[in-house]
Amino acid sequence: MNKILLIIKREYLSRVRKKSFIIMTILGPVLMAGLILAPILLMDSSADEKKEIWVCDENNLFEPQFKDVDGTDYQFFKNDVLEVKEQFNTSDGYALVHIPKFENQSIDVLESSVKVYVHKPMSLSNQNQISNNIESVIESIKLKEEGLTRDIIDRTRSNVNLNTIILGESGSEKTGSTEVSMGISMFGGFLIYIFIFLYGAMVMRGVMEEKTSRIVEIIISSVKPIQLMMGKIIGIALVGFTQFALWVSLTFVISSVATALLVNPADINPVDMANGSEMLIQEADMNQDGFASVFEQLESINITFLLAMFLFYFIGGYLMYGSLFAAVGSAVDSETDSQQFMLPITIPLIFSFIALQTILENPDSSLAFWCSIIPFTSPIVMMGRLPFDPPLWEVGLSMLLLIVGFIFTSWLAGRIYRVGILMYGQKVNYKTLWKWIKQS
Amino acid sequence: MKVLEVRSVSKSYSHHKALDDVSLSVPEGQIFGLLGPNGAGKTSLIRIINQITMPDQGDVLFKGNSLSSEHIKAIGYLPEERGLYKKMKVGEQALYLAQLKGLSTAEAKTALKEWFKKFDIEPWWDKTVEDLSKGMAQKVQFITTVLHRPKLLIFDEPFSGFDPINANIIKDEIIKLKEQGTSIIFSTHRMESVEELCDHIALIDKSKKILDGPVQQIKENFKQQIYAVDFSSSNLDFLNALPEPFKLINKNNQQADIQILNQTPASDLIRFLLDKSDIKAFEEKIPTINEIFIRTVQENES
Repeated sequence: MNKILLIIKREYLSRVRKKSFIIMTILGPVLMAGLILAPILLMDSSADEKKEIWVCDENNLFEPQFKDVDGTDYQFFKNDVLEVKEQFNTSDGYALVHIPKFENQSIDVLESSVKVYVHKPMSLSNQNQISNNIESVIESIKLKEEGLTRDIIDRTRSNVNLNTIILGESGSEKTGSTEVSMGISMFGGFLIYIFIFLYGAMVMRGVMEEKTSRIVEIIISSVKPIQLMMGKIIGIALVGFTQFALWVSLTFVISSVATALLVNPADINPVDMANGSEMLIQEADMNQDGFASVFEQLESINITFLLAMFLFYFIGGYLMYGSLFAAVGSAVDSETDSQQFMLPITIPLIFSFIALQTILENPDSSLAFWCSIIPFTSPIVMMGRLPFDPPLWEVGLSMLLLIVGFIFTSWLAGRIYRVGILMYGQKVNYKTLWKWIKQS
Repeated sequence: MKVLEVRSVSKSYSHHKALDDVSLSVPEGQIFGLLGPNGAGKTSLIRIINQITMPDQGDVLFKGNSLSSEHIKAIGYLPEERGLYKKMKVGEQALYLAQLKGLSTAEAKTALKEWFKKFDIEPWWDKTVEDLSKGMAQKVQFITTVLHRPKLLIFDEPFSGFDPINANIIKDEIIKLKEQGTSIIFSTHRMESVEELCDHIALIDKSKKILDGPVQQIKENFKQQIYAVDFSSSNLDFLNALPEPFKLINKNNQQADIQILNQTPASDLIRFLLDKSDIKAFEEKIPTINEIFIRTVQENES
């Protein structure tokens, strides 16, 4: 037992002290903080650049609708379009919008006759602004023809948010939100998926390093192969946890410091900061009430339970796949040889991640059931289903099977590993692997 | 006293039998040469002794007790295929390997400092292994093998990768260890070092033991009563028609190898030769381990 601790310690320290680990640990949060801050900074910087859009409106109808926004200025010209065009050609103007006269025809003719002249391709947001402005003027005119005003339309408009309430068997009620649940599901499933791949590959490379450097024979004359394998898997898991914890805390520190420094506090309320970029984009649509309800729904999901489950599936899934990655590493002599054995490991992982998206649409389907029970897919899929309150017996069964699953894969991998690490320069295929497993 | 006893050990892999009913006794405080052609089963046997693999049949006794995990600390193993973690620092790595063998950190550190001083490699402590040359890495590896003062040392091609000077240093250390009472199993293809070091040899071929015994006794058994004779004249035509029970093996210039058949005493040959010519030197030809190896393996083939 003491020896396995020694191995864990070495595996852990040798990786944590590597330059690449330190760089990744620092770079990770910078990148993440960048993702969060980029929209804010972009919004700021686009404001510096004034765009001048010229509008040649032959109907004299649109000027009041085109208001200068977000660094875009609209200039209206009454001259003949050909003259304006000539002028525009030699100017710094960003775009020239030509709205032709519709005279006796229906105003609908404008839907296809407005032309925009530009020097270089136009941004999508500007295009939308222009067409929205024209559309709303056309709509207003049509409304007037029908005897309605925009006020009436605005007053009659409605926006329904469904408050889903989950009825417990004992009659308890709980508000639930599909969006919030889906968000948590996707995030949890994705994290497990990434973790298994990233650190599983690290296990495989570690085993291969020991094999190709030929140190393995020295070590297994002191410890049992299974001790070396498990020590490595556990050591690397701890590296993963360390990196993850550092990322989360560093991301939080960096993004809050940066937000505080870069963004005028008046522009943004604290809730936005905590919720990151996604929320920022929706800022315009969401008022304080909206946020409050998101939090209320977050509270309705049992966070402690979810977190505990996340940890369980995180560790279980990693242990299950980690030992398989170790077995692959032990069987081959170089990374290129590992490809053929990687396939059966990556396919269930990728499958469960893809299946997760369909399962979220229908968390109680039989696909969802089976994928969350079978240990090869359950770490990702059950994590995705958990926020939708699946029956407890299913969760229990899935957990039990995952434990059985990783004991099984560890046993299987251990049998391949103990033979594989001592086989140098041998072409290995599935038949040889099967022989190794059977070998006493 | 036997430090190690291998009793009727057999081991099969999926496609071939690596060891077939092999029994050996390694005497305490001696150097035991484990010889055999490539693929004979030496490494399989060594791995079983190191508890890396288990025998299918038979068992191994260490000082009379069935081999178990408590003997790991008593055995030191330098495999033929050997290496170190390339990115790890030399001192740290040696410490780690010593701790895996069961030494405490303090014990391991003191012993390591001693060895590093002895080999004059103290400045390497904080270097990574990839900065060392192959010979330097081999030295570190030798130290990690013997550091925990094992009762039994197993060296598989210990001199490969060393230049003659360093090979000599290692050889001297091996002899010193033997003098201190360590028993050593020594596996190599370099017969001159077997000749120089081994007290006892065993020869394995095609997964079976075909020869085993103290070196002196084996040589005695393999003697063919051939004598090397130096003559003072080069007129040796009489040798071409030697009477019974003498037989010319080969001759050149003033030197000839003559075999005596039928257990006739050597003095008969001397007397016969003195009648014909003057003799400068007369010496029995003792077979070398190399000759014994080749002869035994070839006889086993047929």
